[in-house]
Amino acid sequence: MSIIRGEEMVLNIGPQHPSTHGVLRLKVKTDGEIVSEITPIIGYLHRCFEKHCENVTYEQVIPYTDRCDYIAAMNNSFGYVIAIEEMMDIHVPERVEYIRVIMAELNRIASHLLALGTNGLDIGAFTPFLYMFRDREYILDLFETVCGARLLYNYMWVGGLSHDLPVGFVESTYKFLDHFEPQIDEYNNLLMYNKIFVERTADVGVLPENVAINYGVSGPNLRGSGVKWDLRKNEPYSIYDRFEFDIPVGEGIMGSVGDCWDRYWVRIQEMRESAKIVRQALKQLPSEGEIHEAIPRKIRPPKGSIYKRTESPRGDLGYYIVSDGKPKPFRVKMRSPAFTAMSVLDEISRGWMLSDVLAILGSLDIVLGEIDR
Amino acid sequence: MINEQVAQKLETQFPGAVIVPEDQVDDCIILVADRWQDVAKFLRDDPELKFDSLQCITGVDLGGENPMDVRYNLHSMSLLHKIEIRISVTKDNPTVPSIEKIWRIGDWFEREVYDMYGIRFEGHRDLRRMLLPVDWEGWPLRKDYETPQTYHGMVVPKVKS
Repeated sequence: MSIIRGEEMVLNIGPQHPSTHGVLRLKVKTDGEIVSEITPIIGYLHRCFEKHCENVTYEQVIPYTDRCDYIAAMNNSFGYVIAIEEMMDIHVPERVEYIRVIMAELNRIASHLLALGTNGLDIGAFTPFLYMFRDREYILDLFETVCGARLLYNYMWVGGLSHDLPVGFVESTYKFLDHFEPQIDEYNNLLMYNKIFVERTADVGVLPENVAINYGVSGPNLRGSGVKWDLRKNEPYSIYDRFEFDIPVGEGIMGSVGDCWDRYWVRIQEMRESAKIVRQALKQLPSEGEIHEAIPRKIRPPKGSIYKRTESPRGDLGYYIVSDGKPKPFRVKMRSPAFTAMSVLDEISRGWMLSDVLAILGSLDIVLGEIDR
Repeated sequence: MINEQVAQKLETQFPGAVIVPEDQVDDCIILVADRWQDVAKFLRDDPELKFDSLQCITGVDLGGENPMDVRYNLHSMSLLHKIEIRISVTKDNPTVPSIEKIWRIGDWFEREVYDMYGIRFEGHRDLRRMLLPVDWEGWPLRKDYETPQTYHGMVVPKVKS
């Protein structure tokens, strides 16, 4: 019997597919079940963010930034407003800074919960997904009491916030944290140390450190590869230098450093750290302070440009803003972390089975709204 | 200022590569296009510079008869410093050497700039449109771009601005 020669086949995954987290199309070249090349075709969700920005005023851009990464809208507008504030040299009141950090970290937890849940869902674990969505719901309820919206907040404004905290917010956030922190162990029991899950993710899709840096991969994906790099620590913005927290990095506990399991593990640990930051911020939160105090009457940054990056749940989120001194931005460019994470997919999925590609894609935590913009 | 130090270093290494403008508003280094690949390799590999992370490539159309800019934001993760490189191109023949082999993320960033501005990156392995459909005509982020009346026979609704 002679050896059966396989033939290469091109398979389309998406644009409508539950495992692609949105409208993403992957052109996968397969030999049998082994993947030899992946060409991601993006742009199905392109909404001309950058073109829109040139036609609206600076403050009108903020709702658009929310819609780019709809899973972590607080973090997205956070990056934009502090870039403008740096251009205009605005110093916001202490209370505003603290509230922003609380919101950003709560949103980080919510975003990671969704990422972890859907990552499990992609490879067949349905139950943890429901647990994580249940807890994410508490955070969305908190946001709803703060600004009335559950997903797209338009909460952070240049120089301030849209609303002050409602009565009882601090207590209910403490209550949520008390409930949430022990829950993390439950997720671990359900999924992280589950034998099937470990088999599917450990040693799969290893992203080496140098490849990750060369591809501009950032955030939890980079830390999963063992690089201790977090903008909140390495390049502190806002008031992050006041809090004590660790940067979890992948250690290859189940397999090798930088595999899917490590990326998962980093996100779990990061939720603990975010909860720690929220606790500290709630404790230090000044009770005095007018949140609309520093909002400028006219937002007209001086001529020039700025590149400001912040740590969003997906990694380094950068805004490149060019101003010509008029009320409308001359150019706004968003450097989205999911975009760079997407570009590395081809490199790390080669040689893996088709079903592993979905595990890798899920572990990279992409949001198509941010990739396509 | 790190930008000035790097500019001096580049000037000694590659004479004539750095352009010093008369009125510089932003803190950046302006380079001529033709030696960009060598300069980029030097920026990445020199032990005192080590710009290992290409953060962002932005195209900017300065409007009117002005040239277009390609702006690179480089950061060093080991030495914690950053610079901005700018290269000007003319609108008639916008070409810049590609650096996607030096920083692999440049691949997608350059494709995006090409998509929006029509700036061609010479030596790029696969310069196609990135976010827009392959049959899209024109370069939308150029300041002189006019929104097409129709797309494949469908009328584009007019938006009042």
